[in-house]
Amino acid sequence: MTTSAYVSVQRVSKRFGEDANAVLALQDINLEVAHGEFVCLLGPSGCGKSTLLNMIAGFIAPTTGSVRVDGKEVTAPGPDRGMVFQEYALFPWMTVAQNIAFGLTIKGLSRADIAARVDGLLQLLKLAEFRERFPKDLSGGMRQRVAIARVLALDSPILLMDEPFGALDALTRRTLQDELLRLWSELRRTVVFVTHSIEEAIYLSDRVVVMTYRPGTFKRDQSIALTRPRDPAANDFNALKRELAGLVTAEQQRHVESERRGIAVD
Amino acid sequence: MKAWQRYSGLALPLLLLLLWQGLASAGIVQPMVLPSPVAVAERWWAALLPPQAYEAAQGSYLTWLFSGELPHDAAASLWRVLLGFLAGAIPALPLGLAMGASAAAYALFNPLIQILRPIPPIAFIPLAILWFGLGNPPAVFLIALGAFFPILMNTIAGVRSVDAIYLRAARNLGAGRSTIFARVMLPAAMPYILAGMRIGIGTAFIVVIVAEMIAVNNGLGYRILEAREFMWSDKVIAGMITIGLIGLGIDVGMNRLNTHLLRWHRGGEK
Repeated sequence: MTTSAYVSVQRVSKRFGEDANAVLALQDINLEVAHGEFVCLLGPSGCGKSTLLNMIAGFIAPTTGSVRVDGKEVTAPGPDRGMVFQEYALFPWMTVAQNIAFGLTIKGLSRADIAARVDGLLQLLKLAEFRERFPKDLSGGMRQRVAIARVLALDSPILLMDEPFGALDALTRRTLQDELLRLWSELRRTVVFVTHSIEEAIYLSDRVVVMTYRPGTFKRDQSIALTRPRDPAANDFNALKRELAGLVTAEQQRHVESERRGIAVD
Repeated sequence: MKAWQRYSGLALPLLLLLLWQGLASAGIVQPMVLPSPVAVAERWWAALLPPQAYEAAQGSYLTWLFSGELPHDAAASLWRVLLGFLAGAIPALPLGLAMGASAAAYALFNPLIQILRPIPPIAFIPLAILWFGLGNPPAVFLIALGAFFPILMNTIAGVRSVDAIYLRAARNLGAGRSTIFARVMLPAAMPYILAGMRIGIGTAFIVVIVAEMIAVNNGLGYRILEAREFMWSDKVIAGMITIGLIGLGIDVGMNRLNTHLLRWHRGGEK
């Protein structure tokens, strides 16, 4: 339908389970993300933001509606939609360099090409001295750098990120957020980023989509016009933060109440 | 670990050895029932040494050095263990991967496996001799049987324990079925598989001794049984100690291999 959008989610619903136990995770979602845009999906747990991301990645099929990326219907996961997971998901039996090279060897590049690409990415992510290390010997922040490098190696025009910095301490988190913004502005990839941190969403994105608690729908599609680099202590930042916090807290409240009633099965 | 702790494990065997020697020297028990450790050591040493003096015309020095009875028997036993282990492991590995990864394969093979698995390889001895005659083939068959099941069961458990996040990541990075098998499932299941191999080689070693007591005319098991016929208890014990030492050697080797292959694993490396 729409030709300009890079990611186009049309009238998507997702139902998990059967009949009486069925949970409507997403209801009638429409989302368009332009080429090079940085969009955050924000909401409490159970709002379906990760489900939506997993649909764009091709891990989950929508019950109704369609997901298109670059004009093509998404039917399966693929290297054109690289994903960064909260749990890093690095292969622990491979070194840093081997992890980054994984997607490239599948593409069938020559040894020399792979080595050159890996070297470049190690430089880009400031990982050069860790190339022969195994993931177990790296800190959480370093692991996530490797995971980002592994996905960037694919040259996929879009990065899908599922709470990638959720498990990191505050300082490491800020460093990686800045790294991600640097990479994004250098490489001009489209980013769809899932988070439940309001500050993170405002700090990073061009647009924040606030989602409602089950069934997940869009409550607010908020453009963030603040100039980068953004200052989380600035007044306009905080005004936005307060406003979005009001929306998210209301949904969080619904989440808590529904759990108290014992309806939630999340 | 303190220095004395490192060697404290040697105290008990030494104490046992002293007690044994004391018992034998005191003349309380007959040498045939319990020969002295010295007699055993002498017997062991005699079997280890080459039977004839070295002559350059007969062949290389190394061949001569290992021309004793004991090296020959040990080599024969180890060769059977190796053949049997490979014959067991080579089908167990792909079958285990398939049964671990596919519910259909599991449903197809599991009932048969569960019926065959509790039967000790030793119980197959009569059939093994009927099917394969005497010599190495029945021994290798029995050893293979002993190695097959631990490796199979552990491979299945290993594949099932693979965290789904690795499979998702691999698919996201463009990996197809065969790549996922070879580069994700197999290495992820490797800690389990190696543990299974360690059990498997232990079983193989038990089975080889029993098999050699029945179907062949060399090897450590055969030699122990032969010594029994002549009431050479010192030689019986010498053979048993050799088995213990080789078993220890294999286990140390497997442990080294483990540490090397699993150096990526948490706690695999200091």
